[in-house]
Amino acid sequence: MKHKVATTINGRGREDEVEARLLLVHYIRDVAGLTGTHVGCDTSQCGACTVLVDGKAVKSCTMFAVQAEGRQIETIEGLADGDNLHPIQQAFWDEHGLQCGYCTPGFIMAAKYLLDTNPTPTEDEIRRGLEGNLCRCTGYVNIIKAVKTASQVMSGQARPAETPVATPASGS
Amino acid sequence: MSVTQLVGAKIHRREDPRLVSGHGRYTDDLTRSGLVHAVFVRSPYAHARIKSIDVTDATKAPGVVAVLTARDFEGVILGPMGAAPGLAPDKKVPERFPLAKDEVHYQGDPVAMVVAETKAQAADAAQLIEVDYEQLPAVSDLEAALQPGSAKARSELPDNVCWDLTLVPWDATNDAFGKAEVVVKERIYQQRLAPVPMETRAVMAEWARFDGQLTVWMSTQNPHLIRLPMALTLGLGEHKVRVISHDVGGGFGSKIDPYPEDFLVAAAAKKLDRPVKWNETRTESMQNAYAGRGQYYDVEVAAKKDGTLLGMRVTQTLDVGGYAMGFCTFMVIALIVSGGAYKWPAISARSIGLFTNKVPTDAYRGAGRPEATHLVERMMDKLAAEIEMDPAELRRKNFVQPGEFPFTQNFGFVIDSGDYDKALTKAMELAGYQDLRERQAQLRSQGRYLGIGLSTWIELCGFGPAAAMAPATGGLGLTESSQIRFHPTGSVNVYVGTHSHGQGHDTTFSQIVADQLGVPYESVELHHGDTAEGPGFGFGTYGSRSLAVGGMAIYMSCQKIVEKAKKVAAHVLEAAEEDIVFDQGRFYVKGSPDKSKVMGEIAFASFGPLPPGLEQGLEATSYFDPPNLVWPFGTHLCVVEVDPDTGHVDIQKYVAVDDCGVIINPMIVDGQLHGGVAQAIGQALYEEMVYDDSGQLKSATFLDYAMPSANEIPEMVLDKTVTPSPTNAMGVKGIGEAGTIAASAAIINAICDALRPLGIDHVDMPATPDRLWKQIQEARSKAVSSDGSKGGAA
Amino acid sequence: MIPAAFEYARAGSVQEASELLAKFGEDAKVLAGGHSLIPLMRLRLAQPSALVDINNVKELSYIARENGKLRIGALTRHVELHNSSEVKQNLPILAEVASEVGDNQVRNMGTIGGVVAHADSAGDYPTLCVMLDAEIVTNKRRIPAREFFQDLFTTPLENDELVCEIVFPAESGPHKYIKFRRRLFDWAIVAAAAQKTDQGWRIGLTNVGPTPVRATAVEQALAQGASPTDAAEHASDGLSPSGDIRATPEYKKHLARVLTRRAIEQSQ
Repeated sequence: MKHKVATTINGRGREDEVEARLLLVHYIRDVAGLTGTHVGCDTSQCGACTVLVDGKAVKSCTMFAVQAEGRQIETIEGLADGDNLHPIQQAFWDEHGLQCGYCTPGFIMAAKYLLDTNPTPTEDEIRRGLEGNLCRCTGYVNIIKAVKTASQVMSGQARPAETPVATPASGS
Repeated sequence: MSVTQLVGAKIHRREDPRLVSGHGRYTDDLTRSGLVHAVFVRSPYAHARIKSIDVTDATKAPGVVAVLTARDFEGVILGPMGAAPGLAPDKKVPERFPLAKDEVHYQGDPVAMVVAETKAQAADAAQLIEVDYEQLPAVSDLEAALQPGSAKARSELPDNVCWDLTLVPWDATNDAFGKAEVVVKERIYQQRLAPVPMETRAVMAEWARFDGQLTVWMSTQNPHLIRLPMALTLGLGEHKVRVISHDVGGGFGSKIDPYPEDFLVAAAAKKLDRPVKWNETRTESMQNAYAGRGQYYDVEVAAKKDGTLLGMRVTQTLDVGGYAMGFCTFMVIALIVSGGAYKWPAISARSIGLFTNKVPTDAYRGAGRPEATHLVERMMDKLAAEIEMDPAELRRKNFVQPGEFPFTQNFGFVIDSGDYDKALTKAMELAGYQDLRERQAQLRSQGRYLGIGLSTWIELCGFGPAAAMAPATGGLGLTESSQIRFHPTGSVNVYVGTHSHGQGHDTTFSQIVADQLGVPYESVELHHGDTAEGPGFGFGTYGSRSLAVGGMAIYMSCQKIVEKAKKVAAHVLEAAEEDIVFDQGRFYVKGSPDKSKVMGEIAFASFGPLPPGLEQGLEATSYFDPPNLVWPFGTHLCVVEVDPDTGHVDIQKYVAVDDCGVIINPMIVDGQLHGGVAQAIGQALYEEMVYDDSGQLKSATFLDYAMPSANEIPEMVLDKTVTPSPTNAMGVKGIGEAGTIAASAAIINAICDALRPLGIDHVDMPATPDRLWKQIQEARSKAVSSDGSKGGAA
Repeated sequence: MIPAAFEYARAGSVQEASELLAKFGEDAKVLAGGHSLIPLMRLRLAQPSALVDINNVKELSYIARENGKLRIGALTRHVELHNSSEVKQNLPILAEVASEVGDNQVRNMGTIGGVVAHADSAGDYPTLCVMLDAEIVTNKRRIPAREFFQDLFTTPLENDELVCEIVFPAESGPHKYIKFRRRLFDWAIVAAAAQKTDQGWRIGLTNVGPTPVRATAVEQALAQGASPTDAAEHASDGLSPSGDIRATPEYKKHLARVLTRRAIEQSQ
């Protein structure tokens, strides 16, 4: 039996008919076609599926699509403003906060929630705030750095990093 | 801010904008028109005979396209999976067909495949398949597997021995042990680890019937190394098979060798004439991804009382698992580098590979070199404690000295370069070693347990010279390929046979090309991961080889292009080739630097009229055969405090001084070290694949398999020494596995150092709180009973 | 994995939820935060025939102080408990415990009612419930906590009965919850709770048996003037915890004693 679900994803409304058992993460990936949100585990530890539902970070693998009826969903694809990366995305880029990139969308959305609720976290608060996300590549060191940098840029304490742009001195 | 030289520059990665925006192309993100979905039915038992499989109800379930067992693939899958000779060419290789026919050999062994219109329908139908198993005794314990009378992991074999290989006989160390003034012994365990890439495996295949072409998209570290066996097994020419791997969410060695599912998805696409996709669940991954480590080592070291090493005897017992898959013998390499950074008059070594009823083991970050470093560094600390010598002093005394390189070590391998004392001294300075020892003494008097652990690691990587590797790889060697092509308007496509899965090659290799060819970084585009592009064969990314071998293949192609470009420039500038200078991307006649042409202009000219004997175009294909492996090294130093009441280990300081030769992008090097150390912390303190006596996996989810989160990984202080490798023109080595190779020894040495006052001289991994507490309790009660009074600090 | 199919209905009120549960029958389950249930469904270890979604039952979401008691609606999320000034003032140990459940994402969805109804002795709230003599209020009756947690995952809840409210005494004296686990987001291997009240100490233990434990022997020893160290020796009295891959029974008993002593010593 199918159920009607109406949601808003990244500002765009949509209506679908889905089975009750369809997980929110599969709704986002397979029905809405937004594959930036990833599945990384079966037991709600890894956080690769983290999205914001009505502004709150949730693990979309542990929610059914039908539970999102009438809600606002934000995924990684909705974070940038056109070509301008969100400061958190920019900070992950500048601080080498990703390697294979698979856990990254989940981390960025979790970091967004963290900074929305605590704009100037200490390093310890950042570690705790990201305990719901697992990474195998980075050892977390640069992820923590990236969130710290993002918080400084977003709270006006620092300007975005002047990352070296790779142009050799010789012309083209 | 612009940089004039890209090699060595910390520039951010060009692959990141799409990844941070959620536009990665991981295999499960892809779809094809008419796609159907596969689910596998797997054995719940570690060892069993298949009596019957009833697919009647499953076949009738809604949306089901097909339910397939082994016999349904006859005529499509033409032969067993096979395994390369590896480092134990005489090993037994039981035949393995992708779907088990008669007997299953580990929990998770696939027995049937359901293909349906949707994932949900496939999962529902899979539940309706009834398999009648006759359980057989399972071999779950490695030590028991060797005992006479043990159950047999494989019914058709007389015992559980897959190989028994003596690399250097025992009598080679008779002299050493005869002269020994002190002997230290230990059995050191390397528990089975799950690789846990964050992206589990995924395979999608499509068969173009009229073209006879198979396209396979998959998450792999080496598309060409999958294409070859896949083509053979399906009876297709390699030219008719295309393997495409876009973004790969981590591999760590578990995505090198082919898996049954790879063949089955491809074969199903061919048989059913529908594109088929399969995505592994995390539970399946825990159970079925080729596992890491799974060995134990019996080590004896003979030495003089003044710390001079005399000899070592080491026996490796290795858990092969239920099948001997491709890389399982690779870990024999642990014996080959078991001497570490030191000079040993003699080493005797033997490797025994045993079948068990568990998932096969295979390469996992470091693949044998972490095991080697761990054992030799543990023995050095044990010896230091025995002769009451400072562990750093003991190491210095026995190091291969800078003037002794190139140094032929005990197994005939030539260590190309090194300066071990430099890294050790730097690490000790950074950590404040003297202060730490004082603080340790202070805390000991307060009944607290602080420990300092060293790991002066070396390793061999950059696999590898064709002649040396060919016997192990069945004749293919392990060179690497590249192809670089200019277009008329001056931009460059680069193809390489390695395949980055997080290592940032799009960036680092482009840095090399831009510098070598003197072209803007933006005009360089790197491609990898598609067998239809670039040279005829590539070998992939693992074994810390991509830069030392793949990067060098790129360097070679760049040299060839510059050589040809000089000829074209000579024509354009109307001068003799010997008078052409190439500098900073410009060609000019010696003495007239103001009349120059840039590389882009020469590229355009190369497509126009040229003198006879000079062909058009500006491109090159190269295969680099490294003359030797490369040998990075360094020192890691770890400080821990152990809480004796709970057994909890707190890492208070972690310092790493590493040497990977010339550095292309320091940010990426540090990232590799962070990740490698974190995985070693995982092994040292948290992770273990736990099986019960019947071979059932008890740690199949992230709840039970304790992969660390951000809170468990401490800050790390990283520094470098730079000893360029003489083995290749760029002076580069590898660094991808170094963190994992170095760190577990540093951590366990620190714990042992902390607990020395209690009489504990060895701790096995993972050093979980409950285990450490038990060891502390036993040590304390031994102290009480032997003294008759309360011994040790409270 | 993909869960098995089930029927689904959203309830707007407690009454409606109860009726739906009755209608769907024995194998129907309540869906609140879903963080205990959905992982089991994804592994197909649980295959309920129907789910009654109570996430829109606003009447179950409240925190109210009344006559020296703190009444907490079952649908109150962990994050709300952690941030609530009412809770911080009237039962700060509850706010502390709520901040240690899982991670941020879990805390946004998980509910106190869900954790209590699930009755896992490794859960943190059940320990507080038993230690403080809380009352579990359902749509049918009021059940004292010590009678509610009958066995592991076992409560007296009937098929059409929901947890609606948990009533705690207000206690703002010195307190401490020490949760020993491997990784920060893990369930407790063992945890100890200490709460000083005007009538003496209350001590609770997590994951030392099939139900949460109130360590009355420790409480009595403290009442008789024993030091924290001596009193805490009684924490393992009568315990026979089960072993698992994280801990042996002996280790759990030892941790119970160590953590109890530390919880008492560190109570503020």
